[in-house]
Amino acid sequence: MAVLVNENTKVICQGLTGSQGTFHSEQAIAYGTKMVGGVTPGKGGQSHIGLPIFNTVAEAKHATEANATAIYVPPPFAADAILEAIDAELELIVCITEGIPVLDMMKVKRALEGSKSTLIGPNCPGVITPDACKIGIMPGHIHLRGSVGVVSRSGTLTYEAVKQTTDIGLGQSTCIGIGGDPIKGFEHIDALDLLLHDDETQSIIMIGEIGGSAEEDAAQYIKDMAKKGISKPIAGFIAGAIVAGGKGGAEDKIEAMKSAGIVVAESPAGLGEAVLKAIG
Amino acid sequence: MLGRTLVTHQSGPAGKTVNRIYIEDGASIATELYLALLVDRVTSRVSFVCSTEGGMDIETVAAETPEKILSFSVDPASGVSGFHGRRVAFALGLEGKAVKQCVQLINTLYKLFIERDCEMLEINPLIVTTEGDLVCLDAKMGFDDNAMYRQQEILALRDETEEDAKELAASKFDLNYISLDGEIGCMVNGAGLAMATMDIIKLYGSSPANFLDVGGGATTEKVTEAFKIITSDPNVKGILVNIFGGIMRCDVIADGVIAAVKEVGLKVPLVVRLEGTNVEKGKEIINNSDVDVIAADDLGDAAEKIVKAVKGA
Repeated sequence: MAVLVNENTKVICQGLTGSQGTFHSEQAIAYGTKMVGGVTPGKGGQSHIGLPIFNTVAEAKHATEANATAIYVPPPFAADAILEAIDAELELIVCITEGIPVLDMMKVKRALEGSKSTLIGPNCPGVITPDACKIGIMPGHIHLRGSVGVVSRSGTLTYEAVKQTTDIGLGQSTCIGIGGDPIKGFEHIDALDLLLHDDETQSIIMIGEIGGSAEEDAAQYIKDMAKKGISKPIAGFIAGAIVAGGKGGAEDKIEAMKSAGIVVAESPAGLGEAVLKAIG
Repeated sequence: MLGRTLVTHQSGPAGKTVNRIYIEDGASIATELYLALLVDRVTSRVSFVCSTEGGMDIETVAAETPEKILSFSVDPASGVSGFHGRRVAFALGLEGKAVKQCVQLINTLYKLFIERDCEMLEINPLIVTTEGDLVCLDAKMGFDDNAMYRQQEILALRDETEEDAKELAASKFDLNYISLDGEIGCMVNGAGLAMATMDIIKLYGSSPANFLDVGGGATTEKVTEAFKIITSDPNVKGILVNIFGGIMRCDVIADGVIAAVKEVGLKVPLVVRLEGTNVEKGKEIINNSDVDVIAADDLGDAAEKIVKAVKGA
């Protein structure tokens, strides 16, 4: 059944009338995403690329019954846009914006505690369930509905994983780009939790980067779940591992991942092969 | 000191020329302590780190005597409070008037950290004088690049003479560029793919001359500038352009590369790998130009071809 988004997800776009919001909403509509409206303060009542515009997220949700939002608002206003979406109790908030001040995200992270919302991003490519719903900036045509769940900190590396799993015919259940910012909504663990419990997801690719400890935490989580009898074949990759020459925790991350049974690809060109090896 | 080259942990092995000196009153030190604030990605909050081992490298203290470090984070909803300051004061073994001074200091530093969009603020050493007063003897501050639009006063303090010329030129065009000592110039979109591209160049037996992430919203002009910066490096013996377009459109990259080659010429092999949004348009632009480009199908193929072209030359 895939995770986070499906055929029934109704999506609004905050920042719809901006150039990025316009371009990527058009792409989303062309892909088949149920786009139902947009939010641009001051332009309520108008329409843009065939979608009704509202002044506030709450109005948009009320009028369209949207349950998800894609945010393409410029960095100085993006945290405010996320907070507004949390306040309106949208289930899924996907923030694409790159360059949000970290202290703004600190407030957002606090506001998410106990809220009804899940945040993906910021500074991420978004979420896609192939042939059903695309929220974000990923090129739709490289995807193929299938069995591999993808979670990645890096946007463009997610595309590598997608293309390679498409080329070998496995396809993807849902791809989640969690973004590379230090303070963000979904972490690897949150995404793994969904993918491990999803029937359609038969295997997983997890792509990390040097820095932080999210990959070590994820490896520990995978071990803990395996003890409870919940496990799937997982392949992984850490970007920057060779270049950093052991700094930034690359070796520790790879060791942690291997010890959790993850097949770690040596090169980003080997992700497809790695997942095949993990499946065995 | 002035005009000489100073080599420290922060300057890198090549050191930096000293252009400015800040002169401070001498202090009679009774105790040296350590205090820092940072954006903690584990707790998603601002964390304080303090230690009785002042004047030392905090990483060494953390590795050898972790019990001498106190670390805690502040809830952004309620902010800093008196108890945070008292916690630091008693952990540092302060007495008398220094306790009150510490509470005041913690309060002030937290406010400063938030108001000025700091990423890191380190006071090493924080001292107690022989008169029993708490004094910040040295400080290092790091700021959030993303927040500089609202910190004009901080931005005004930037000393461009201390920066790498190529990195400076890149930052003016909002390009994320880091100069390295290898031979293959890279132009990539996305930090993760940029790192992975560097990894794969090493895997094929060469090494990258730079890290360059052109970002998502790059224009043709930006791509042209990026290309010029790469070719201005005399160590560059070959160039690898690796783009997997999502937000970035391949045709924009192709236009930028062609424009740059026309402007500055091309003296080294160039491998271009395009994939993703508007890939057909991008490939068409490259194919229809008279620029000598080696086309690549995927990341592995691209790395193999550029390394081969450079080693074969």
